[in-house]
Amino acid sequence: MIAEAGLAALWFAAALALAQLVLGAMATSDARAELRASIAPVAIVQALFVVTAFFCLIAVFARSDMSVLLVAENSHSAKPMIYKISGTWGNHEGSMLLWVTILGVAGASIALFERKLRADTKVATLAAQGAIALGFYAFLLFASNPFARIAGVIEGQGLNPLLQDPGLAFHPPTLYAGYVGMSAAFSFAVGALVTRNVGPEFARAMRPWILGAWVFLTIGITAGSYWSYYTLGWGGWWFWDPVENASLMPWLAATALIHSVTVLATRDGLRAWTIMLAVLAFSMSMVGTFLVRSGILTSVHSFAVDPRRGLFILELLAIYIGGALTLFALRVGTVSEGTRFDPFSREAALVANNLLLTVILIVVMAGTLYPLALEGFTGAKISVGAPYFNSVAGPLALVLMLIMAAGPLLRWRSDQPALLLRRVAPALLVGVIALAVLIAFAGPIGLLPLFGLAVAALVAVASLAPLWKRNLARTPLFTYGMVIAHLGCAVSIAGMACEGAFTKENLVAVKAGETQPIGPFSVTFAGLREFPGPNYAALEGVLLVAKGSDKPFIMAPQLHQFSDPPMLTNQAAIKTFWNGQLYLTIGEKEIDGRWLIRMWWKPFVTLIWLGGAMIALGGALALLGRVRRELFASRKAGAPA
Amino acid sequence: MKRGLILWLPLALILILFAVFWVGLHRQENHDIASQMVGKALPEFTTPAALPGLPGASTALFRDGRPRLLNIFASWCVPCVAEVPVLMRLKGMGVEVVGIAVHDTTPALDQFLTRNGNPYARIGSDDQSRIQLALGSSGVPETFVIDGQGRIVKQHIGVVGEGDIPELLALLGKQP
Repeated sequence: MIAEAGLAALWFAAALALAQLVLGAMATSDARAELRASIAPVAIVQALFVVTAFFCLIAVFARSDMSVLLVAENSHSAKPMIYKISGTWGNHEGSMLLWVTILGVAGASIALFERKLRADTKVATLAAQGAIALGFYAFLLFASNPFARIAGVIEGQGLNPLLQDPGLAFHPPTLYAGYVGMSAAFSFAVGALVTRNVGPEFARAMRPWILGAWVFLTIGITAGSYWSYYTLGWGGWWFWDPVENASLMPWLAATALIHSVTVLATRDGLRAWTIMLAVLAFSMSMVGTFLVRSGILTSVHSFAVDPRRGLFILELLAIYIGGALTLFALRVGTVSEGTRFDPFSREAALVANNLLLTVILIVVMAGTLYPLALEGFTGAKISVGAPYFNSVAGPLALVLMLIMAAGPLLRWRSDQPALLLRRVAPALLVGVIALAVLIAFAGPIGLLPLFGLAVAALVAVASLAPLWKRNLARTPLFTYGMVIAHLGCAVSIAGMACEGAFTKENLVAVKAGETQPIGPFSVTFAGLREFPGPNYAALEGVLLVAKGSDKPFIMAPQLHQFSDPPMLTNQAAIKTFWNGQLYLTIGEKEIDGRWLIRMWWKPFVTLIWLGGAMIALGGALALLGRVRRELFASRKAGAPA
Repeated sequence: MKRGLILWLPLALILILFAVFWVGLHRQENHDIASQMVGKALPEFTTPAALPGLPGASTALFRDGRPRLLNIFASWCVPCVAEVPVLMRLKGMGVEVVGIAVHDTTPALDQFLTRNGNPYARIGSDDQSRIQLALGSSGVPETFVIDGQGRIVKQHIGVVGEGDIPELLALLGKQP
């Protein structure tokens, strides 16, 4: 019954999305303005229905109802409850349902909370949101029904053990909130084009939505990076895997967007470009979804799916992205260009930032899709790996960091190079000293890590400079947000550079009782012990780790043998110190009484994720600051809040 | 006019991208992994019985001159449910189906057969997929046709459907 209720709720939600589209399209013109009041309730009720459908799916997973095909294929009654629930979105149909659920909630939030936007633009925005939802409801109902039944199954097929991890409970929902939250930017852009309303007012209305989605996307990517770092057992924190790139591409577009929207909001510049980026950010999200869901790319993340599904999503993408870009080409010519600015100004720095982010986006996209294109046209199979991405995107990112250091210290409209130089002098000095110290003492660490660390030092100082000589109590919250986010970039870059430059690795085959060195530690293999997990059998290597004369401690990397489906996974043992992480894994087989132990000492690697968290926090503070200022402004103006 | 043309550029680029995706989707290759053992003799194995009432299987059995089907399945495998009626029909036509249950337990297997019917004359238990791997099988269900001399004649990957019956019967040397 629960499954049928869920399916019914999904149909209702689809019908309401259609209503939202049709009503919205009609009410956009002033002639039918009386219809406008009906759109918001439709959007809200639509969200309620799709949320109901999603909870129905969670319920059938929690109850291990094996008469539902999706549960039988992806769950198991012996699984711990948290993985039964997270299993809801650990598969194709469930994750698409989560996708539309967030889409519905985003639409309802716009309906409920957006008060600054001109009435006709808001209606057109909600109509666009309805149009996107409708297509994805159709995809679920006709090509990926999560509630289909099956008879005669007693026990489920389990869940990919790789996905049986607390990280999975939070990673996809956060990432999706970011991906799908970008639909707001897309719909706003479409709404603004349809109603010819591109200007500072519109930019200020759109900004909080972009910031919100961007914060989720940042958290999702950071968490995903840490998740693959500790579950995959390869010691890496970013693999340039197509699915990772699929999340990075919308983030790059969205990062460019939050900067260009500031130019539009503050200086009424970059009108067409901002609209373009808003369309691009969500397009990249949809392309990312397509890449993961269609099975077109093979990677650790992809789920085997039938090609018709891929075609269905591709058709949806062609309609939405193609439609939005056609509208852009037709309409944006009629949008006036906005205010001009000096080539040496904060606007110009933000334009440079946007161009670099776009170039990095193109570099990542080319590297991700080139193998696909090559295989499609010539049949040759190649893979583009880290060397390409690191050597092309790395230097571009460092140049971007330098612009980021200078940008906030530039004045709007026009500025003078000599004045800027005086403002960045302390940062520049720190950067040069860092570079000199590293060259003198660090030894050969590679060009990218070397400049990475120097730039990180420079940016760290420069990012704090906007607070210099300011009354800290009166500095707006969004300025703090910017400072923390930029500082987070420096912290993260420092972590990446340290990891690249100073990581020590030792791969050894050891017998019980033998000791091996790694970084400042010595590791003694004491032997193996077995213990049963909730739904797997584990074998644990017991390693005694000592540092100098300190008391030794035990670290125990594990091998997990899952039964349904049979699969062996590697669980690294990771210990965090203030100055880095010790990362140990154990190999799958014993050879002549010896076990393979892989050891890494990764100095300051945690800074990578700490920086990511700071970037997200900065975004959240900026969002909070903007929303608070709007509330104050409307209260002061005496307008109803 | 130049600005006007540039505005259409994003659309052109995205259409090219989609063309690449479209080509990529239509190049879906066959991911089935064919066994290297087809045409060769069955690898040596002896399995314990998976259920108390039914005997297990061994390589020696397949050399008695009677062609048989060797079906790799599991009670936890959803598609395996779908092929049971077809296997039952084959059984009705006098075909002996030998099951190899992969990573299975007696109670689960018992329940599976009670619910769906039992097409098997024997079921061997393959706890760690050793026999499955030796046969060159990479998934469940898979069905092998073994001739009377214990040679693997054919590997059928995936669910056996109604449409597969004539071919299987011919390979087993039976009239439909």
